[in-house]
Amino acid sequence: MEHRLVPEHHLVSEKDEGTILEGLKVHRDQLPRIRRNDPCVQLLERKHGPIEEGRVIKIVRLSETSGVSVAYRLVVGR
Amino acid sequence: MLRGVSKRIKSIKFALLSPDEIRKMSATKVITADTYDDDGFPIDMGLMDSHLGVIEPGLRCKTCGGKVDDCPGHFGHIDLAMPVIHVGYVKEIKKLLQATCRKCGRLLLRDEEIRAYEKEMEALDKIGGTKLDKTIMAKETARDAAKRQICPHCDTEQSKITLDKPTTFREDGHKLTPKEVRERLERIRDDDLPSMGINPNVARPEWMILTALLVPPVTVRPSITLESGDRSEDDLTHKLVDVLRINQRLRENRDAGAPQLIVEDLWELLQYHITTYFDNQTSGIPPARHRSGRPLKTLVQRLKGKEGRFRSNLSGKRVNFSARTVISPDPLLSINEVGVPVEAARELTVPLHVQQYNMDWVQELVKRGPLPEGDGYIPGVNYVIRQDGRRIRVTDKNAETVAETVDIGYIVERQLQEGDIVLFNRQPSLHRMSMMAHEVRIMPFKTFRFNLAVCPPYNADFDGDEMNLHVLQSEEARAEAKILMRVQEHILSPRFGGPVIGAIHDHISGGFLMTHRDSKFDMEQSSRILSFVGDLKLPKAGIVEDGVDYWTGKQLFSLAIPDDLNMVFRASICQNCDTCDKEDCESDAYVKVVDGEIISGTVDEKSIGAFNGKILDKIARDYGSDRARTFIDQATKFAIGAIMVRGFTTGIDDEDIPESEKMKIAEILQKAVDGVSALVQAYKEGDLEQMPGRSLEETLEVEAMKKLGRARDDAGNHAGKHLGLENSAVIMARSGARGSMLNLSQMAGCVGQQAVRGERISRGYWNRTLPHFPKGDLGAEAKGFVKSCYKSGLSPTEYFFHSMGGREGLVDTAVRTSRSGYMQRRLINALEDLKVKEDRSVRNTADTIVQFKFGEDGIDPSRSVQGRAVDVDDILRDVLGPKKFATLPDERVVRRYGELEEGMEMTEEEAEGRSGGD
Ligand SMILES: [Mg+2]
Ligand SMILES: [Zn+2]
Ligand SMILES: [Zn+2]
Ligand SMILES: [Zn+2]
Repeated sequence: MEHRLVPEHHLVSEKDEGTILEGLKVHRDQLPRIRRNDPCVQLLERKHGPIEEGRVIKIVRLSETSGVSVAYRLVVGR
Repeated sequence: MLRGVSKRIKSIKFALLSPDEIRKMSATKVITADTYDDDGFPIDMGLMDSHLGVIEPGLRCKTCGGKVDDCPGHFGHIDLAMPVIHVGYVKEIKKLLQATCRKCGRLLLRDEEIRAYEKEMEALDKIGGTKLDKTIMAKETARDAAKRQICPHCDTEQSKITLDKPTTFREDGHKLTPKEVRERLERIRDDDLPSMGINPNVARPEWMILTALLVPPVTVRPSITLESGDRSEDDLTHKLVDVLRINQRLRENRDAGAPQLIVEDLWELLQYHITTYFDNQTSGIPPARHRSGRPLKTLVQRLKGKEGRFRSNLSGKRVNFSARTVISPDPLLSINEVGVPVEAARELTVPLHVQQYNMDWVQELVKRGPLPEGDGYIPGVNYVIRQDGRRIRVTDKNAETVAETVDIGYIVERQLQEGDIVLFNRQPSLHRMSMMAHEVRIMPFKTFRFNLAVCPPYNADFDGDEMNLHVLQSEEARAEAKILMRVQEHILSPRFGGPVIGAIHDHISGGFLMTHRDSKFDMEQSSRILSFVGDLKLPKAGIVEDGVDYWTGKQLFSLAIPDDLNMVFRASICQNCDTCDKEDCESDAYVKVVDGEIISGTVDEKSIGAFNGKILDKIARDYGSDRARTFIDQATKFAIGAIMVRGFTTGIDDEDIPESEKMKIAEILQKAVDGVSALVQAYKEGDLEQMPGRSLEETLEVEAMKKLGRARDDAGNHAGKHLGLENSAVIMARSGARGSMLNLSQMAGCVGQQAVRGERISRGYWNRTLPHFPKGDLGAEAKGFVKSCYKSGLSPTEYFFHSMGGREGLVDTAVRTSRSGYMQRRLINALEDLKVKEDRSVRNTADTIVQFKFGEDGIDPSRSVQGRAVDVDDILRDVLGPKKFATLPDERVVRRYGELEEGMEMTEEEAEGRSGGD
């Protein structure tokens, strides 16, 4: 996960989720998804303990044109 | 606003039709294969029974009582004498047979396993699994069950079920009749089905074996009466006739107790007819044919493929208010305009809604009738539509009276008039610039005409291309088209962040002739050039020679450039000298514009060309689309004025080179050919030094290619020495108008090595390319080196090799276009309903987020600078002001453009190659 092509993944704390969703004016299920068994999520689980379905992951990508671009994904099962 | 939408589709559920349901929804049972009686009336319980709907005007439907337009048509049914397998479901049937017990019909899994799979299925439902997820799940379940050899419920040993395509099932080799298959499927318990992804309430598996066949309404398969009075039936009707005949015979034979063999044969024939009734391209069986030998178009054929219902009637439709004709150029039109022939304009109409404010004007219009007389083109009226929707054709005779009756609420269809907004399109519509809004100019003759600067976005030329034109029918559509789709709004392309609309071909040669070095024009010439644009004042003469006033081309061209424009760049003709002399450039390639005046340099492709025009790019970016449009209009007219004043032609003598030079070239080539022979000799004697990582053969090939390539270049250079900028062909090549120096050197010097798959030509005969050469000859001439030039002509063997190389090019383009077309279609189908919302996020129709910010950076590519978000030089200039900016080392500025040239720019050829030319 140290590779430069893998963007940073962060677990969004449960209390921040509300503000983020409100800011985007979306329901939780309108977010793009990420699987619980995604290597990046599993890595985060090692740090934060088990991550339940329905939590939100923040992904920070580096962009040539805009510096950083931030995306969010909803954790789903399987 | 819902605009006539009274209901919304929330969800669609797919299920199987049970025989009971089929009989319930059936308006009549069909038992006889006859259609009409001798008087031409439909026979009761025949395929054209009037319970199934009406297709003949005047008759009434016996089911709903409606006439032709009111009756939607009603289904009927055929009771099959014996059950038949539905081809569309053979895969599912096979899966079910393999996964269930042959005796007790239970799923071949233990109860707890079944429950576990069922749970997973439910979970999938809860988190919103797609249809695909479920299909995959069901497949897993079936696979697991099929692995079981012995039934866990009744301990029966299972045998192997195979499918003999398309519809025959076998158990350990011996045939299972559809009846037996149906019996097995009937035995499957309802509670075993959900884990297989089947809802038993709406889809019992045995319904996949047909016992009753639905007969579509006659409106779905209308018969046509030919001029001769004969009736011609639809393909579906033909097929249903076959089904009925065989069904009848099967029933009779079975009831009469005919031998098993005969019954089975008929049963199989019925299966064949029903299979081809659904899909006449089922693999493994011959397609059913019409008497004439044409394969019948049955249900699947109606839906599938390019001509099918989906692609040709639902995704794409034929439209009214459109026209199509050949295109031709008109350099005097603005890029925003399109010339429409009078004949087309008289057919195409714009609806006028009659109101108080336009009453008098509209009545005046209607009075003119459909063909007003007078000077030039005067729009008339073709139809008047009353409030009740009745259309009245306006003729010369009734024009006056119709005009009287026109009232508020009427719609009057006015013929096209000058200035109307229309959409103009050329297929293939690969990007948004393939369909742009133009303003109408009514013109004589029969072609659509437009400015040549608009050829690149449409990828159009005038070798017979046709284009389509659509007249907008509502005020909203016109406003939207004018704001979003007008040609001038598309000068900068979202594809590469530069101009796609701009000067081409003669515009560029003209710009070159006008501005190169010290070209000057006298009073008459200057006036003529400026008169193409009109409304321009001749500035003060730039040069006075012997008391005669002259205007420099740079001076004249500067009239088209905004007064406060400043920029510096290198023209196409730049030689890339080691040290640039800037303003004193040998070849006048250093373009410097100060306050809208060209101080030095030549205007060519890099200045005004589509794709690479720097001045054009800057004006479009900094001054807006209106200014950019006037610039293109004026600059191209100047260029054409200049080229016409000077005159410009090219011919085969442009490639003439002196005899002495020809000798020298021949010498160079002969030396190279001899060199290759020497290499071959060395190779054969084993003296060739092997290159690292290459075999001996490869080394020889590489060396030979290198040697011959260099020879070709040398020959080209020698030829080029005698082709200077006074040569028209060279002007076109160097200024970027058309052609390249390589083209010229192939014409004048040497065509060079021909290649197939990047290698010298090696295929053909055994151990040689052609019988003209000795076996095993590896020399230059025997492997496709063309010593001749196009002008002198190729020898027969050279010609043959050249055709081989040329053929590869053709095949490549053909393959590329078809592949990229398919890819394009898939991309469009995947992305067509994505939308950038107010918050700049990209969302689909379910409003779920696809990108949090458009492109993840929110940058509109058509406003980017060659794909980059900002142009640093431009900002520097803005911040420092032009004066101080000018004091910055020019090197830096110029080099920045230089960088772009290498990495990012696209030539016309490249762009053409990308979309595939006509
Ligand atoms: Mg063409
Ligand atoms: Zn009816
Ligand atoms: Zn069993
Ligand atoms: Zn130079």
